[in-house]
Amino acid sequence: MSRVELLSPEGLRIDGRRPAELRKITSTTSVLSQADGSAYLEHGNTKVLAAVYGPREARHRALVIHDRAVLNVELNLAPFSTGERRRRNKNDKRLLEIAQFVKQTFEPVVITTLYPRSQIDIYFQVIQHDGGTLQACINAATLALIDAGIAMTDYVCACTAGWVEREAAIDLNYTEESADTSEMTIAMLPKSSKITLMQMESRLHVDKLDEVIALAGEGCKQIHEVLDKTVRDRAEDLARKMAV
Amino acid sequence: MLRQKQFVKKTKSGKVLKVVKEHYLRDDIWCSAEACRACDHTETVLSATPSINKLFPLPHYIIPDTNIFMNQIDVMEKPQITNVIVLQTVLEEVKHLSLPIHKRVRDMISNKEKRFYVFSNEHHRETFIEKLKDETPNDRNDRAIRVATKWYAKHIQGLKPNVSMVMMTDDVANRAKATADGLQAVSVKWYIEALENTELLDMISDTKELDDGQQLLYVEHLSPSHLSSGIKSGKYYQGKLGISSHNYLEGSIYTKIDGVEGTILIVGRENLNRAVNGDIIAVELLPKSEWRTTPTGVVIDEEEEKAEEESLKEEQKKAQEEEDTVMEDATKSAQPSKLDTPQPCGKVVGIIRRNWRQYCGFLDRKSVHTPAGSSAPINVLFYAMDSKVPKIKFRTRQAHSLLGQRIIVSIDSWPKTSRHPIGHFIRTLGDAGDRATETEVLLLEHDVPFHEFSKQVLSFLPIEGENWVVTPEDFNGREDFRSLNVCSIDPPGCTDIDDALHVTPLPNGNYQVGVHIADVTHFVRPNNLMDQEAAMRGTTVYLVDKRIDMLPGLLGTNLCSLRSNVERLAFSCIWELNEDAEIVNVRFTKSVISSKASLTYEEAQNRIDDERMQDDITKGIRILNTLAKRLKQKRMDMGALTLASPEVRFNLERDSQDPVDVEMKELKETNALVEEFMLLANISVARKVYDKFPDSAMLRCHPTPPATSFEKLEKAVARFGITLDHSTSKALSDSLDNAVIPEEPYFNKLLRIMTTRCMMQALYFCSGSMTEQEFRHYGLATDIYTHFTSPIRRYPDIMVHRQLHAAIDSDVKYGTELTDKETMNELCDGLNHRHRMAQQAGRSSVELFTHLFFKNKVEEEEGYVIRILKNAFIVLVPKYGIESIVYASAKAPKITAVDGKDTSKDSAAVQQILVYNPETDSLQSTEPLSPGETPKVQIQLFQKVIVQISIDDDLKGGGEGGMRQKLKMELLKPWIEGLSVHGTCNKDDPEAHAATSTADPNAPLANGTALKKREGGAETTKRAGKRSKA
Repeated sequence: MSRVELLSPEGLRIDGRRPAELRKITSTTSVLSQADGSAYLEHGNTKVLAAVYGPREARHRALVIHDRAVLNVELNLAPFSTGERRRRNKNDKRLLEIAQFVKQTFEPVVITTLYPRSQIDIYFQVIQHDGGTLQACINAATLALIDAGIAMTDYVCACTAGWVEREAAIDLNYTEESADTSEMTIAMLPKSSKITLMQMESRLHVDKLDEVIALAGEGCKQIHEVLDKTVRDRAEDLARKMAV
Repeated sequence: MLRQKQFVKKTKSGKVLKVVKEHYLRDDIWCSAEACRACDHTETVLSATPSINKLFPLPHYIIPDTNIFMNQIDVMEKPQITNVIVLQTVLEEVKHLSLPIHKRVRDMISNKEKRFYVFSNEHHRETFIEKLKDETPNDRNDRAIRVATKWYAKHIQGLKPNVSMVMMTDDVANRAKATADGLQAVSVKWYIEALENTELLDMISDTKELDDGQQLLYVEHLSPSHLSSGIKSGKYYQGKLGISSHNYLEGSIYTKIDGVEGTILIVGRENLNRAVNGDIIAVELLPKSEWRTTPTGVVIDEEEEKAEEESLKEEQKKAQEEEDTVMEDATKSAQPSKLDTPQPCGKVVGIIRRNWRQYCGFLDRKSVHTPAGSSAPINVLFYAMDSKVPKIKFRTRQAHSLLGQRIIVSIDSWPKTSRHPIGHFIRTLGDAGDRATETEVLLLEHDVPFHEFSKQVLSFLPIEGENWVVTPEDFNGREDFRSLNVCSIDPPGCTDIDDALHVTPLPNGNYQVGVHIADVTHFVRPNNLMDQEAAMRGTTVYLVDKRIDMLPGLLGTNLCSLRSNVERLAFSCIWELNEDAEIVNVRFTKSVISSKASLTYEEAQNRIDDERMQDDITKGIRILNTLAKRLKQKRMDMGALTLASPEVRFNLERDSQDPVDVEMKELKETNALVEEFMLLANISVARKVYDKFPDSAMLRCHPTPPATSFEKLEKAVARFGITLDHSTSKALSDSLDNAVIPEEPYFNKLLRIMTTRCMMQALYFCSGSMTEQEFRHYGLATDIYTHFTSPIRRYPDIMVHRQLHAAIDSDVKYGTELTDKETMNELCDGLNHRHRMAQQAGRSSVELFTHLFFKNKVEEEEGYVIRILKNAFIVLVPKYGIESIVYASAKAPKITAVDGKDTSKDSAAVQQILVYNPETDSLQSTEPLSPGETPKVQIQLFQKVIVQISIDDDLKGGGEGGMRQKLKMELLKPWIEGLSVHGTCNKDDPEAHAATSTADPNAPLANGTALKKREGGAETTKRAGKRSKA
């Protein structure tokens, strides 16, 4: 019973949040001038940089699909992003898997048929890791894709939720994640409330599933507001600059 | 609402890591004061009108610091202390320092009447503080407490009715700082004194006042960092101190010495250096010259007792010397002979973790020397019931009313200047010798939770209560076995029937045999309060006169109990067995049964024997009986052991519950019948469960005993020309079967009893934590085993039921409680502890009743020597299943009194009448021997003796009223000068002395019936002659 108390009987989590509270989200777009679209996003201490290149000519012939664009996602975890400094192999299965998830999430949302025979690259750099990398990547990608002006049917907002001790909690940080809690990531199209990704690797009691999904969905909507505001602010900013 | 604040923390775990964590500071943490309108709280904990203390003008809330909880938890738990604000800082510190105390604080917090409120000051915007440069964590926390108190004081200012804040701390510097900040600060002592409550005052632990000596009595412990580096480098050894049950100044740890597991002995007060039984200690080995070979020695501590008393009268120095000489004597007499390899001895250099708890016991009458009725505070000594615990010194104002009572005391500290640990009084249990009190004592001492089931727990019982019946919905997923001829066989008076059996002959000549186990998990759902309570209790505890249930009575004795002629839910294990009792197939299913008869072992036996009974049930029992015999035979062939323990049963007087008679438990054929099928069920279930949960199945193993544990026994039986082969359980079982001495029918049983004691304990474990080879159950000679058949009285069975259910029905929903290796391991550890404690509590209860039985009685009985100690031996009396120490040394004056002759050895305080001979592992008389001669008197293992049994009224603590009652055994036969007493069996027989002592000591049990005579008759006469001269 020497495990860390993740949720105090007073209803506070170890970092002082209540179960249904997100971490602080900060986001900006167009942070890189090279890329066609880029975004920087923080979920508390999880910090991700996303860069979108394209649509552009496919690099390998073999990849070309005649009627739509190919999504290519690559993810890199900076050696300094975790407490212990470690250089990660580019073919690290965990990273490839996250990249694959992001790809699957965006394939139905990006209107790829508008860009046949081309390729859209999304690169992620995780600068700091404190839990919820997948959700941060998806949210950052949404911003970066919008910034690049790539047509999408909706925003994609992702949020994690899990069962912490005796309650459903949202947006788990690294400590909570690593304490063997069952964690689920959901990516949602906020307008239609459709879920495009649902990913969970641990066991969760069926009775608790609905509650966790509901809470994660709630989180997605909140995140949508934040992302939407970032995009609108940026648009207004640009409009103001163009008007001058 | 959210502000983000980050702080950087460095932790070391081999490497230096930089940990960055977020820390959100909030402004929505409420004060929880009832009268406060500024906060947005809905439920408040702190009363608007808290209690008043003379010291302060206003009613107040209390904010205690960490050390208040750590040192004065017993006072805080009293109902007089209410309206306390527990700061998060304090709570976290308490948790870090001691988990048990943290749990107690948490319990108080959840108790609504105590009105304890947790204020999360570390997450509050206005009360969170950064650690300043050069500030120690302790200082920072003290400051955090002051800041929080200040915030509160400001916050509640102007509340109607008026309240104020009081900070409670025993730290003078902290108090001064608080006063400087304009806060009200108080020490516990002042606060309680102002309440004027004697009982509470006694409970304050105040180490300074009791610590009277300036003289250093013990060597200082080393610092933790010193210890950990010493342990790493192999200089010190770490282990859990186990004190000998015969001598509280002798302990040992079991650890690895140079890669080999072994025991390190720690002998004497100096070497033990304030370690108490159960503490995790660091030990340094003594030089080899100081090692000793001993069987466990016994120190008769009367002499020391005297020294104790005098030390209290502050003649400390003198007493010290006196005692030291005694101690030295003991050491000298234990000097090793060169023949035996000495055991490593060590001394305690530091204590890694204390394992102090609350101790039940009684006051030392000799330490109370104020006139009766005085209520002046005095220092008194306390004897714990557990003889492994040293005396505890505490201060009380109510010493006289505590005399003759059983009380609870806990240890606070043991400074190096104090001879005894220093503690404080907690509460009284009742009069000593009273059966209810004594039963409570033994439950407390064995850590058995025996409180009533709480309302919340009972709320999980079916709402129908007694009227619950099997409904048609219950048949979902269950097979209907109501038509089968199921019956149960149990001991008489059994109300919690958890197993029943049936057999049906099949057309192909085989038999369908079913074991039906009460379906407890239908009622006890995972992780609800009832389940948690049951897991905590772990097992039902059976005492002589009562039963401490694991599950509420409604379930245990009614709804789950498979009583006859009512429909009950069951979990069934159905085999098809052929004529030779081999399993053709097996399946498991939930079911509904209706037992046709609940029989006692005797009734079932009578049915088997009675030719006239030809009903289906009787026929069934007969078939089962034959099958069981075949099963048993097969098991025996595999090498299962038949072990034995001297179990007795008391016949209690109906009204007073006083024991009127004792008899040995006897086993009938039908006991074996039920047992065989239960074993079969357990084994079948274990396989199935392990199959489904290879990592997390709850199983039970019985480790193979190490060869060393048989050494002494082997040596002892070798005298009778018997060899004990313990290489495999099969070999052991065979050699036990062959170890029969025709003249002495009890010998075989005795040997089995002693073999049992060489065994390891069987343990619950989680399958993922051991290799498959280690699963083996040595005693039952099976490769896998679990407990499935008694879910009403054992929690492991409940877990196994859940796992089995998940294994047979893929639709069953289950959570991590069945799959997580870690939680399962923790659970197993807890259950093993409870199981052990329950067994010991049961034994203690038997002991208690034995004492009641022997009250005012003196009996003479035959007994057998089962263990040899340095200056004593232990005798087992099979008739009553009791064992006790017979001392081999006696005080000189006593001898004169008994014998009437002058032994002219009055000068020596303790006279060693028999000395230990490590060569033969025996005690022998001290006269000088020429080579090749055998001593005239010898006490050896297995020797038959006659002892006189009585209750020792010469009690410890110098008091009347049945304090730590002891069964006293005194030797009657063989006659040993100065040691034996006169009884009816030897008093009228002047030759008795000579006759018994001339008897060949090699004669195993009965005097004069030697199996193997090593010496000729001539020598015997020679010795007889010598004896008469002496």
